[in-house]
Amino acid sequence: MITKELVIIGGGPAGMSAAVAAFDAGVRDLLIIERDVKLGGILRQCIHNGFGLHRFGEELSGPEYAYRYEKMVAEREIPVKLNTMVLDITSDKVITATNSTDGVFQIKAKAVILAMGCRERPRGALAISGTRPAGILTAGTAQKLVNMKGCMPGKNVVILGSGDIGLIMARRMTLEGAKVHAVCELMPYSGGLARNIEQCLHDFDIPLYLSTTVVGIEGKEHLEAVTVAQVDDKRRPIPGTFRRIECDTLLLSVGLIPENELTKQAGLTLSPVTNGAPVDQDRMTDIEGIYSCGNVLHVHDLVDYVPEEAAIAGKSAAAYIKGDYSPAEAIPVKTDGKVRYTVPQKLTTRDEARLFFRVANIFRNVRIFVKDGENEIFSLKKIKVAPGEMESITLKKEVMEKLSGGELYIGMEVGE
Amino acid sequence: MNTRELTCIVCPRGCQLTAVLNDDGSVTVKGNTCKRGEEYAKAELTHPVRTLTTTVRTADGSVLPVRTAQPIPKELVFKAMKAVNALVLDRPVTFGDVVIADILGTGVDLIAAGIWNNVK
Repeated sequence: MITKELVIIGGGPAGMSAAVAAFDAGVRDLLIIERDVKLGGILRQCIHNGFGLHRFGEELSGPEYAYRYEKMVAEREIPVKLNTMVLDITSDKVITATNSTDGVFQIKAKAVILAMGCRERPRGALAISGTRPAGILTAGTAQKLVNMKGCMPGKNVVILGSGDIGLIMARRMTLEGAKVHAVCELMPYSGGLARNIEQCLHDFDIPLYLSTTVVGIEGKEHLEAVTVAQVDDKRRPIPGTFRRIECDTLLLSVGLIPENELTKQAGLTLSPVTNGAPVDQDRMTDIEGIYSCGNVLHVHDLVDYVPEEAAIAGKSAAAYIKGDYSPAEAIPVKTDGKVRYTVPQKLTTRDEARLFFRVANIFRNVRIFVKDGENEIFSLKKIKVAPGEMESITLKKEVMEKLSGGELYIGMEVGE
Repeated sequence: MNTRELTCIVCPRGCQLTAVLNDDGSVTVKGNTCKRGEEYAKAELTHPVRTLTTTVRTADGSVLPVRTAQPIPKELVFKAMKAVNALVLDRPVTFGDVVIADILGTGVDLIAAGIWNNVK
């Protein structure tokens, strides 16, 4: 069996950044395994701009952003196996993978970084009634067809879900000559970024219908029409609001799910909220030496946070490989429900700690607080928070050093 | 005076801006948290611009991502799409290479956002 100090599974922005950080921290015996034909992950099909303002100080398209990291990997001569599918990971870090030249092979790793990304929720997860014609696809599939294959899936489009990929594809299909009749969002608010509502919908007069969903699908061979309806506050369709829209394409942009099959095979339990493995501040999972970062850990809205998080995992894995790992007693971080989750979910350090979190709804004039038992140790006011936008707070070293060791609680008070 | 509420599109923060076009033609912007936001709001009230990102066909039948190096006037976006879609790229390009120089006389180049070198 081959041995490696570090194996990174996934060659998207998370995997590449983790590899670069680990290399820069001294790891030389490492390998990136990527199932696609090239490094870059989902960025390769995200040809729109707006990436990298935070990380590189310029507005890049997805392929350009990916290329920056691809170059960093190449400059360091970090080995990469492309077209290679990982089939299994065990809890003692034996990886089974396959490709057409090596066949099936195994690698025993000292440390593993999980960076497999996420996938889209498909039609089957939605339980929409009706026939099952061609022409119904996820927004990301349409994005791949249009941007990488040069094929338009249709000309008359309805989009269900207002996640960012759906909004971006509304614009993209319109630019390529399709008519986007409606973007329907089940919730009373959009899950997408405000800037994308502005530049992808408003710029092209594409209507966004909130509290609206698709309740029926028609068409024998190919999609012919959908029926949309408004929903009440329990998300049930309201009789009398049904409306038929003729279309040949229905794009689904209804959420992303971290791709954690391998994580589960390793014996890790996933958080029911993030659908990723819980981690500490090093992004180490409950198995020593197995790390998780990027969209497989929790779905990010901004790519810039992904390499940042992955670099933490890469650097920490390097320290672990060198034997420089001495965790303090774990402090669990709990949330009040208005704050849906945090990453990390536990702290095994008393150094400065940055907690990323998401909220459950749109709230205005909020006060976010952290309690150590009864003792409030942090407070921050915000004008507006939204589920689509990840937030973060930083607990300074002087605060961390005074922690009692009991669990931390992060909550939110909502003002007028 | 003309007042408009805008959502800034410069970065993912998406600031809510209030922009006032004064009688003397100057623009006053509130709600922005950076200089780029102010520039965006001024352009929105005077002459809106957008960066175009799309793909261009290549001689081997594949597509290559391209974008305008700077934003172009918003009203030219569909015209620019027509110009890009009329083109078949037949010379090798890499990131940043000019694909269409001075597109529609805007002074802005359309540049490659990928590598294509499969020239037959």
